Amino acid sequence: MAPTKTASVSGRKPAAKSAIKSASKSSAKEFTGKNTPDFGKDQDLHAYREMLLIRRFEEKAGQLYGMGFIGGFCHLYIGQEAVVVGMQMAQQEGDQVITAYRDHGHMLATGMSARGVMAELTGRKGGYSRGKGGSMHMFSKEKHFYGGHGIVGAQVSLGTGLAFANRYRGNDSVSVAYFGDGAANQGQVYESFNMAALWKLPIVYIVENNRYAMGTSTARATAQSNYSLRGSGFGIPGIQVDGMDVRAVKAAGDEALEHCRSGQGPIILEMLTYRYRGHSMSDPAKYRSKDEVQKMRSEHDPIEQVRLRLLEKGWATEDELKAIDKDIRDVVSDSADFAQADPEPDPSELYTDILL
Amino acid sequence: MPIDILMPALSPTMEEGTLSKWLKKEGDKVTSGDVIAEIETDKATMEVEAVDEGVIGKLLIAAGTENVKVNTKIAVLLQDGESADAIGSPAPAKEAPKAEAQAAPEEKPAAAQASVPAQPKAEAAADPDIPAGTEMVMTTVREALRDAMAEEMRRDEDVFVMGEEVAEYQGAYKITQGLLQEFGPRRVVDTPITEHGFAGVGVGAAMAGLKPIVEFMTFNFAMQAIDQIINSAAKTLYMSGGQMGAPIVFRGPNGAAARVGAQHSQDYATWYSQIPGLKVVMPYTAADAKGLLKAAIRDPNPVVFLENEILYGHQFEVPKLDDFVLPIGKARIHKKGNDVTIVSFGIGMTYAVKAVAELEKEGIDVELIDLRTLRPMDLPTVIESVKKTGRLVTVEEGYPQNSVGTEIATRVMQQAFDYLDAPILTIAGKDVPMPYAANLEKLALPNVGEVVQAVKTVCYK
Repeated sequence: MAPTKTASVSGRKPAAKSAIKSASKSSAKEFTGKNTPDFGKDQDLHAYREMLLIRRFEEKAGQLYGMGFIGGFCHLYIGQEAVVVGMQMAQQEGDQVITAYRDHGHMLATGMSARGVMAELTGRKGGYSRGKGGSMHMFSKEKHFYGGHGIVGAQVSLGTGLAFANRYRGNDSVSVAYFGDGAANQGQVYESFNMAALWKLPIVYIVENNRYAMGTSTARATAQSNYSLRGSGFGIPGIQVDGMDVRAVKAAGDEALEHCRSGQGPIILEMLTYRYRGHSMSDPAKYRSKDEVQKMRSEHDPIEQVRLRLLEKGWATEDELKAIDKDIRDVVSDSADFAQADPEPDPSELYTDILL
Repeated sequence: MPIDILMPALSPTMEEGTLSKWLKKEGDKVTSGDVIAEIETDKATMEVEAVDEGVIGKLLIAAGTENVKVNTKIAVLLQDGESADAIGSPAPAKEAPKAEAQAAPEEKPAAAQASVPAQPKAEAAADPDIPAGTEMVMTTVREALRDAMAEEMRRDEDVFVMGEEVAEYQGAYKITQGLLQEFGPRRVVDTPITEHGFAGVGVGAAMAGLKPIVEFMTFNFAMQAIDQIINSAAKTLYMSGGQMGAPIVFRGPNGAAARVGAQHSQDYATWYSQIPGLKVVMPYTAADAKGLLKAAIRDPNPVVFLENEILYGHQFEVPKLDDFVLPIGKARIHKKGNDVTIVSFGIGMTYAVKAVAELEKEGIDVELIDLRTLRPMDLPTVIESVKKTGRLVTVEEGYPQNSVGTEIATRVMQQAFDYLDAPILTIAGKDVPMPYAANLEKLALPNVGEVVQAVKTVCYK
């Protein structure tokens, strides 16, 4: 099969496409994306608010990084907001989330507090990991968020282990494991696919295909750039989804989670998405054109799509949206103030949390 | 209030940079995300994006200025209705004072000199008393390990064992014999040959609260999985600020068997014992194997449990008790003595035990310590012994450089230097990949003669 041509910016499919049939045929129904269900007013407003929170939070994080408050690596999620927000809207209480190091958006989407996340970014005691984890390493048992992992691909095996635990306990929960198009070339991803399919583990593998593994485009790194096909050798069905459209993400998420919950084993969702910023704060992103980025921002922005819809349908006025904007700016400013004022961890913390 | 735009730090190491180009001029309107300038850092030319909306009121640093320190004001952004008159005079280009309120915390000299808090000392409990009259049963290490797993699986529904050939095949080395029959395939899980993957699955299951026992057919294959053992299992508790740990046991035969060549004959004792966040156990006797494996399965931390294929068939007395659990982190004095101390562990003990018997014939009374646990290491027991004997020899099968023995020697030198009557000698495997030829393999491993000679040397005999 010919690999999918790397889509030009404008050539992106507007909605989920190319449903992949599983070898077992027991998979999710054919997903055509034709009937991407429209959101109701509440859903659109919710999605708008949640995505905007991530966007503003990340902008603030970038700003604090520039001022030296945040050190080390800092990978921003700007542009990809619809993926985690749409998935979170599809999940139910108890479903676990695990991802790699571009993780701030995932944490905010699961309901972890902006203060706790921002204070971890600045390495303060009020951070989720008491300042000992940093941008890439945060966890919340309460919100079922299992990190926050810095080794590309490792979270896929770990997420498969979370699904193993669900099956072992016979509960109804599904593990949602996120990884990028870069991680999709790691060997342990396929070791995990094999075991998940073999044991019919309840896990949704989400490939966040933002087209670049750091500076290497998918075309230069992969022989099969249609990542939804990557499970076909194991009989794992896959769906390619317009990851810039929160409705398409939610619809695919609903279907995938239902597939897992009904005992049919793993499924892959390839989210076609885009990161506006560099790989990390120190990446000048010279491997792609400004036009490409600009075009994505102006034509496919996940938040702008919802904003226009809200206005068109008369579900919100400009003023009401401004009020939401202000609310969110307040939450983010508050988190930034907290993260700058909160003290660093006590020196005695150096030797805590090594062993229980 | 006008917003100050500061020279940003654009990499983890950037302290200053060149403001190479302004892409906006005074009076231009900008919105969040607009590129306003280009900055050359030590690594690359980066674009600076506006974070806030407004009108560029003043550019404070001229394009082309070099060595602009991070956090220097480079421009002022005016909000709705503000005029440029509100802006004060520009700060000098190179050494602009940092805006106090916004300046990042710099490395404080005080912090740099602050003393590092002392590492807390963990006290290991003593072995439990074995009631008088307890029946002692001759048991192989193999059976002892199996019994330990079976007992813990009966006790706790969250304990399960996974690995290659652990179920249907009854264990590549028959350590899991009978477990499938008793506990079924849900709790005795055959995996594909996929060490990296199933180690990660095990750690994930442990993070979710289960208590996996991950068997590696040998630890040589665990090298494929070492990232999950160290980066995921050992570090998560710390990285999560204590929220999430991994109660998991990684176990299997470690070190050389016999004539299996270089890739199947490595001792990982020193590798794992370097890692904070892991416990590392390496038993010699069947009783220790049983009591410590039970402890490892109950331990809320990740435990690397290093067995040895040759020891699997060795028989030892094991007390017949309902629940025989030993403390991790406590050495065992295998034989009391006064003249010289030998410290060993795992299969190294086989050489040490024979050497002790030979030396006894020559009138040298050795105190032999079996470390049993390599991390946390029971150094106090070793120091106590050295204070009595003044002489120390270590014995292990692993490579000699950065070995467990060299670590013990360093710490004894630091903590009991005045008690030493002779340099510490370390007996280890030779500094070569394990050869296949029978004669060469024998040469590559330690031998009893070497241990005897080392003891005599430190006794000046």
